[in-house]
Amino acid sequence: MATVIVEVMPKPEILDPQGKAVAGALPRLGFTSFASVRQGKRFELEVEGEVTEEVLEQARTAAAEVLSNPVIEDVVSVHVQESA
Amino acid sequence: MTARVGVVTFPGSLDDRDAARAIRLAGGEPVRLWHADSDLAGVDAVVLPGGFSYGDYLRAGAISRFAPMMASITDAANGGMPVLGICNGFQILCESHLLAGAMVKNEHLHFVCKDQTLRVENADTAWTHQFGAGEEIVVPLKNQDGQFIADERTLDELEGEGRVVFRYVADSSDGGTRGRNPRAGGNPNGSRRDIAGITNARGNVVGLMPHPEHATEQGFGPGTDGLRFFSSAIAATLATA
Repeated sequence: MATVIVEVMPKPEILDPQGKAVAGALPRLGFTSFASVRQGKRFELEVEGEVTEEVLEQARTAAAEVLSNPVIEDVVSVHVQESA
Repeated sequence: MTARVGVVTFPGSLDDRDAARAIRLAGGEPVRLWHADSDLAGVDAVVLPGGFSYGDYLRAGAISRFAPMMASITDAANGGMPVLGICNGFQILCESHLLAGAMVKNEHLHFVCKDQTLRVENADTAWTHQFGAGEEIVVPLKNQDGQFIADERTLDELEGEGRVVFRYVADSSDGGTRGRNPRAGGNPNGSRRDIAGITNARGNVVGLMPHPEHATEQGFGPGTDGLRFFSSAIAATLATA
């Protein structure tokens, strides 16, 4: 069994209100080392059998057309994670 | 003869009954449509109501876009049928690429619920032709993911082609909102260029975050400014029938 990992982030030029709220909370809890936070999404697409180039291509298409909205988000990574 | 206006119910729609009631109060015949069907039942126009379809999972409106009913509505909208998306319905229209841009969380992260003053910027669409251009109206606004976003080129295009239909404007009730969002007068959620609603190039598809269906009867909500959305579309469909 393998998993295709898709990572989606808000576009850099778009203010990320959730990340900003997290960034505001961190120093209040004593975590003072971080200048800013951006919050994104990670999808784990489990594959039965082998991850062929065709499967990866499907994952890339799904990432672009469904898992992200190109108006506000970028797909930053589509990669395979082999499970133990 | 009267116009038949469909109202689509998705899993998680909240305001479908209010939308149907608004259509009836405006003189139309509401027709309930189910997201999993694809038959438009011969309606003359369609309203996508507010709510949290599919729990807003993934992104608001992102999963509803793939409902069988949305494929039929997209075809009909491309053929000129009037379609109005309210709140979650607006988000679905953006995800469906029937309207430009997208909605993200309100800038201040709070859920907003208030009576909102809007300026009608385009009084020529299927849903706004009974308003005057520049007229100010008041309808309720209630959302979490209401911040309208598009890139600068798209925003310039929307403005240049008169496709901004509604803009948020400040009013005397704005004290609370201003406190949360000091950099924008009447803008309750950080929407780019104070945009509350837009249309497509043809003017038959309109989406807005505020809720006209909640302002259709005296004594319930801030007034009856919402009625003219529905009576506009009813008149438009009868004129072309």
